Amino acid sequence: MKYAAKKILTLIITLFIVSLLAFLAFQVIPGDPTTKILGTEATAEAKEALRAQLGLDRPVLVRYWDWMTDFLRGDMGESYSYRMPVAEMLADKLPTTFLLTAMSFVITVVLSIPLGILAGSGKSKLMDLLITSLDQVVMSIPPFFIGILACYIFGNILAVFVPGNFVPYTESWAGCLAYLILPAFSIAIPRIAMTVKMLRSSILAQREQDYVRTARSRGNSRWVRLVRHILKNALIPVITFLAVSAAEIMTGSIIVEQVFTIPGISRLLMASIANRDFPVVQAIVVILAAWIVIVNFVADLLYQLVDPRIRLR
Amino acid sequence: MKKRGNPFLYIGGAISAVMSGLIIMGYFWTPYDPTAFVEKKFLPPSAAHLLGTDNFGRDIFSRVIDGAGTSFFIAVCVVAIGCVAGILIGSFCGYFGGLPDLILTRVCDSITAFPSFLLALVIVSITGSGTYNIILALGILFIPSFARIVRGEFARCRDLNYIKSARLMGAGPLRIMFSHILPNTFQVLFSAVTIGFNNAVLSEASMSFLGIGIQPPDASLGSMLSDSQTYLRNAPWYAMGTGLVIILLILGFSLLSEGLQRLERRG
Repeated sequence: MKYAAKKILTLIITLFIVSLLAFLAFQVIPGDPTTKILGTEATAEAKEALRAQLGLDRPVLVRYWDWMTDFLRGDMGESYSYRMPVAEMLADKLPTTFLLTAMSFVITVVLSIPLGILAGSGKSKLMDLLITSLDQVVMSIPPFFIGILACYIFGNILAVFVPGNFVPYTESWAGCLAYLILPAFSIAIPRIAMTVKMLRSSILAQREQDYVRTARSRGNSRWVRLVRHILKNALIPVITFLAVSAAEIMTGSIIVEQVFTIPGISRLLMASIANRDFPVVQAIVVILAAWIVIVNFVADLLYQLVDPRIRLR
Repeated sequence: MKKRGNPFLYIGGAISAVMSGLIIMGYFWTPYDPTAFVEKKFLPPSAAHLLGTDNFGRDIFSRVIDGAGTSFFIAVCVVAIGCVAGILIGSFCGYFGGLPDLILTRVCDSITAFPSFLLALVIVSITGSGTYNIILALGILFIPSFARIVRGEFARCRDLNYIKSARLMGAGPLRIMFSHILPNTFQVLFSAVTIGFNNAVLSEASMSFLGIGIQPPDASLGSMLSDSQTYLRNAPWYAMGTGLVIILLILGFSLLSEGLQRLERRG
């Protein structure tokens, strides 16, 4: 319990620091947002009035506090280019991106752990060569290229789906999930290869340990040794890696969304970066960063389930 | 020790050598001008145009070499920034320890916890796109990973006997750090360089693919892939050729780093 409390405290502090940094990053930007909104021909008085209206004339920390409390209440400010609330712009896009990320993460976990165990169960030279080469090749394919390949094979040749089409989840959950399968796999495939490599080398390292020999001398079969003894230890580094993967998968979905023209946050984010529409970029960055921090927090909690020694520290 | 049985090193070395050769050649000579409209649109691959032509009738092979050159240049600069700054920060932190070390290690840890791509997006959204801004953004983000590795090695070597003897002989801290400890970190550093190189190539390609990296008409593997997607039905070779080059560029270095790691483990 003490462990969890400590972790929750760290979580809150980290979220605070991350949001402060994200806020400050967009305060040091050269160029005046009022010029962006009013154009270069605006009078000094008009600019001053707008600065007061946007609250840009107050101290940075006061603005941070206001921005934070507003943000927590769901008010994320107003977009410079569209003059509409950021929260409204994100409302229908964020769930799609999260759905894609979650789906891809589930695919990664569900496929890579059994495959990794399988790859770590034998240790012949040929198998080592085969698995490692396959891993290296798959790891080298960027997710967006897998996406393009998938579009070409499943969209153009097999004509299973129409590239560029999409069914929003508001219309049909089944249709939406079906359209997300290929993008989710495009992101997951290189990640699966990395996780398999990691789990395999972790299992192979554990197999050399004395406790495995002891387990064997007690008459435990190969699979019992692997699943009940080795895996418990071998999974520890893999959980850290999967937590990092969850973050990487999210950035992967931003890229792959463009390949499959999925109406997630990707296009809005890129357009906002190009137009220097900072409230939008800031809101998206803070949400994504908070999500990464929370995933790491969950990984920390999982850790102590798998490895009780951590609680004693 | 048997030299045999490390195909990763040889195959990776061969792929990297061929790719580097092509890229270096591309800085001086390409079969056609990469930005000129030399032929009809969408010619399939042939002896005259190894990877065919694109939507403007430009030679894809020439453009791919040119784009790979840009990616290569960016990756080299990014790794150089990360490596040099990482060595400086890591060596001082590792050797002297203390409060600055604690703070810098914390900062590095929290930066590496985030996907570098997301941070690069933040930096590019502030500075704007363009080759040098990308190098700057990625370069800064690569510092912590190098600093971490160098710091670990310096902290490990700091109290070894040969360093103590050097200290007894009157060598100053700078001499010990850079002429005694640093050469011992090269092996670890080299595999970090290959991994960093791959990450840099991939990040640049992703950013250009999203349209916030290298701007047209300059050839870039990422933006070419993004263009090629529009013509996937009529000219699949455009996407396939470009994708293959990205894969080979990354695969060569990742096999090389795998081979080196195996060499290290055995030796």
